[in-house]
Amino acid sequence: MATVEVTFTPLPAHVRTARLVASAVARRSGITEALLDEVRLAVGEACSRAVESHRLNCPGEPVRVALGTQGDRFEIEVLNAGSVSATRLAGDPRREPAVVPTGFSLAVIAGLADDVQISETSAGTSVKMSWPLSGSVAAGSPA
Amino acid sequence: MALEESVDLKLLHHNKDGIEIVDVEGEIDVYTAPRLRELLIELVNDGHYQLVVNMEKVEFLDSTGLGVLVGGLKRVRAHDGSLDLVCTQERILKIFRITGLTKVFGIHDTVDEAIATRKSEK
Repeated sequence: MATVEVTFTPLPAHVRTARLVASAVARRSGITEALLDEVRLAVGEACSRAVESHRLNCPGEPVRVALGTQGDRFEIEVLNAGSVSATRLAGDPRREPAVVPTGFSLAVIAGLADDVQISETSAGTSVKMSWPLSGSVAAGSPA
Repeated sequence: MALEESVDLKLLHHNKDGIEIVDVEGEIDVYTAPRLRELLIELVNDGHYQLVVNMEKVEFLDSTGLGVLVGGLKRVRAHDGSLDLVCTQERILKIFRITGLTKVFGIHDTVDEAIATRKSEK
């Protein structure tokens, strides 16, 4: 069960808020300082991707982020209401032609998170990232 | 010295030895990156093809920001220009390493070093 859940309107301005929440929850959960930057960057990438997808495909649907611990790992799941196959990130004429390949952000996430799982669910596309917790501050510590 | 400022991203630029220095302070992400993109486009349109982007005060950079920098590099190279970066922060350099873009950009420790390197290549 997620420790914290965040839902936000798919606007770029809110991605920073999701990063700040993720950093706070990660630190509280026992993620080491060395990994916090990676957590923040990975969450930012996943949320930016979700925002772009929502704005093109389902602008009325919120982006959902669930954060918490599962055993000895810290997990973050970003739920994108669109599907991977339906994502038309390069089709918006308002956007400059992509200077980086489609899927670039997923590659960045894969380089940052210890483990990444991407799956299609009934609610949309789930990007689940996880990192190991330090041994001294495991799940269950009081807030 | 031209200034564009918001709580998330501050952009300053000035000319030094014929090279336009862009000082970036704050976070470059999906929300703020368009402003940096617009500035780089404006500078190129004004005829500034030798650019140095100083990222020593950048606190966050994601793939959107990388895309803006790559776009800027493409624009100046279309005019036989250059876009170099100044960055010593490991947490910012990490995303360049992950993406392999350390091989694409000249990344220097100081603005003066970036200028000297560019001048010596002319």
